[in-house]
Amino acid sequence: MSRQRPAGLQKALNVLGPFIGLALVIALFALIPEVQGRFLRFANFKSVATQSVIVALGALGMTFIIVSGGIDLSAASNIALSSVITAYAINAGAAPLVAVLLGVLTGGLVGLANGALVTRLRLIPFIVTLGMMGIARGAAKWIAGNQKIDAPMTWANEFMARSPRPSWLLLAPGVWIVILLAVAMAVVLRYTVFGRHVFAIGSNESAARLCGIRTSRVKILVYSVAGLFCGLSGVMEFSRLTVGDPTVAVGLELDIIAAVVIGGGSLNGGEGSILGTMVGVMIMSFLRNGCTMMGWPNYIQEIIIGAIIVIAVTLDRLRHRGE
Amino acid sequence: MSREPAAPPVLRMAGVSKSFGATRALDGVTFELGRGEVHALIGENGAGKSTMMKILSGAIPPDAGRMEIDGRPYAPAGPADGLRGGISMIYQELTLAPHLTVEENIMLGREVHAAGWLDRKAMKRRVREALELVRHPEISPDVRVRKLSVGAKQVVEIVRALLNRARIVVMDEPTSALSQEDSQRLFEIIGKLKGQDVSVIYISHFLEEAQRVADSYTVLRDGRGVGSGRMEGTLLEDLIQLMVGQKFTRFFPKVEHAVGEVILSLDGLKGARMTSPVSLTLSRGEILGIAGLIGSGRTEMLRTLFGLDEAEGGSVVVSGFEMAGAKPWASISRGLGLLSEDRQGEGLALGRSVADNMTMSDFTPYRRHGFLRPGRQRRAVVEWIGKMKIKTKGPTQKVGDLSGGNQQKVALARLLHQKAAILLLDEPTRGIDVVSKAQIYEWIGELAREGKAVMFVSSYLPELLGICDRIAVFHRGGLVESRPTPEWDAPGLMAAATVGRAHPDHPMSQRIAE
Repeated sequence: MSRQRPAGLQKALNVLGPFIGLALVIALFALIPEVQGRFLRFANFKSVATQSVIVALGALGMTFIIVSGGIDLSAASNIALSSVITAYAINAGAAPLVAVLLGVLTGGLVGLANGALVTRLRLIPFIVTLGMMGIARGAAKWIAGNQKIDAPMTWANEFMARSPRPSWLLLAPGVWIVILLAVAMAVVLRYTVFGRHVFAIGSNESAARLCGIRTSRVKILVYSVAGLFCGLSGVMEFSRLTVGDPTVAVGLELDIIAAVVIGGGSLNGGEGSILGTMVGVMIMSFLRNGCTMMGWPNYIQEIIIGAIIVIAVTLDRLRHRGE
Repeated sequence: MSREPAAPPVLRMAGVSKSFGATRALDGVTFELGRGEVHALIGENGAGKSTMMKILSGAIPPDAGRMEIDGRPYAPAGPADGLRGGISMIYQELTLAPHLTVEENIMLGREVHAAGWLDRKAMKRRVREALELVRHPEISPDVRVRKLSVGAKQVVEIVRALLNRARIVVMDEPTSALSQEDSQRLFEIIGKLKGQDVSVIYISHFLEEAQRVADSYTVLRDGRGVGSGRMEGTLLEDLIQLMVGQKFTRFFPKVEHAVGEVILSLDGLKGARMTSPVSLTLSRGEILGIAGLIGSGRTEMLRTLFGLDEAEGGSVVVSGFEMAGAKPWASISRGLGLLSEDRQGEGLALGRSVADNMTMSDFTPYRRHGFLRPGRQRRAVVEWIGKMKIKTKGPTQKVGDLSGGNQQKVALARLLHQKAAILLLDEPTRGIDVVSKAQIYEWIGELAREGKAVMFVSSYLPELLGICDRIAVFHRGGLVESRPTPEWDAPGLMAAATVGRAHPDHPMSQRIAE
């Protein structure tokens, strides 16, 4: 209690930390004359936002999992599986709404399975979801017959449209969906009993159990909700590609986890926020976008993003020093 | 002071027994706790206090015996039943969620909400009221618990217990990590609890504190209740006598050995995790016992000396070389060897073989051009297995599959294999069977005869008195006194460890002033 940094400054640092990173990234490209003009345009921001949708949806669920002290390596496979199911349903003549719901539900079921295995078999989430990563990916390829599923165009392909209809939407419907869900999830995480229990479990699971919290139930719910988000993300993936591709999003789970971590999530649990995660997603998207504009090859992007992850976590540690 | 005699006890435990395998942890213990009473539960490490409290909380079931709360039978099926019965445990290792705020921790599991939506205002108000009640209004409900001092964390736990409508609060060594001032405030809170008719079971090794704060006491020794009564009018030395009982120092093989020149000397050694500087010397052929309670700074001293914890000042001289601040590898190369008190967590790699564990600290004899020579390693290890009488299927068996005693022998064999000249043994006989213990005592004697220097940390006084040449006592982070063994007896050691005063001829027995 005795030594504390000024509370206001500390709080400001905690909230603003990730934003500073985002501002730096944007400022960096805004100052480079070659790309300045194109980078700062609204059209560019719009496309960055659209490109962020798939990772952002996965990261919303992943934030809950990571705050609870878990991890989900099956997120990207789950996205691919859900996109394949959506395409399959549309191709089979289902109404687009039914297909979309089926896709989301598929994701939710995979998440439920993850949660059930983690709590019932008492396996660590890393192992369970590593297994599920293979299972979901394999199932996606199997259902798709190891190729892309073409599906007729429907309104389900409009989510990721570059120029949305009606035009007063300004941003693609998918972007609006992300914004609404992000607000909703931030509220759930901060203002509900459920959110508080998620933090408690991630911070000290045995203390939570001691206080009478049904930890298994909370965890199953966390993984299921995260699964639903992956399902929705899969629908967006289908919408973007207009086909169900079982080989899509390979390795994307690491981008999703990285976004949460850059946004202040701790892999030891107990820490993380929706706002931070969303900023983490934006940092990565702007970096990709800027690098592409500069004409830098892919490998440069990979190196930069890798470095950003390490730097972000190191800064985060410094920020929390002395606590 | 005296309550109406008709008031029935809040808690009655009668004939409670519990065995773990062959060891009888509790043997027909009877215990009564009055309403609003503070009852000290006293006993050495391993006397059965924590087993008894685990049974009370519902964490483990008793083998035999009855429990009653308010005259009604109480047979908890799990910790949840204990909570419902109004029993709150405040453990040494705190059970708070560090990332959550004070309010969030206190209200955890009983949030005020409407259809899942938190009513933060109501919860904060309730927490603030409770904090004021225990006279700690300076603790903010909004601060994260990991930023609090240990004392403040304890207050948070107590408030949580209070809001849980606890009627019996069990405090396990509550002051061991507290400053004087925080302890003082804790005693005030205990007074408040009494005022609200909450009963407190107070477990502490610090007898003077227990005397001040408790109304009555029960002493456990070897799983049996050996005495109980009102604290008023009871002398400290009576309690100590009850704790140590009539123990003899037989069963300790005396191996003749001669003490030689000084090989290790600490001068004002100060470490990051040590509270006060320590000066000590250790000679060749000497067995120096280190007594003290758990948490009294013994282990921290060993670790700082060996280089596992950071040294901040003072000097460590090993056979003429200044070693303060050395890393463990350097300490080993100068002949130091440390046997960790945490055999399973740190001392051994349980999943690896006997051979690898034994030779881990020195692979040089089995190495050529960076390659291991398993044949040589195996031959050497087989020899050690024979010499140390280790019961194992062979060098390739996993250490984790051995019994505790045999694991400890492997750990000890490692020190001998690395040819340590100064052995720092931290609780080498903890949790191992009697036969292995006797063998370890004998080896320690043999090692001293060979001219090795041994520092022997133990919480078990008879073995210190039985095999050591000299005994140094630690209390609350500092060295109280070091003297030749013949000048110590069990009550004197216990007094020094629990009260921090050494001289048995001193008026140790003081009537409770307050």
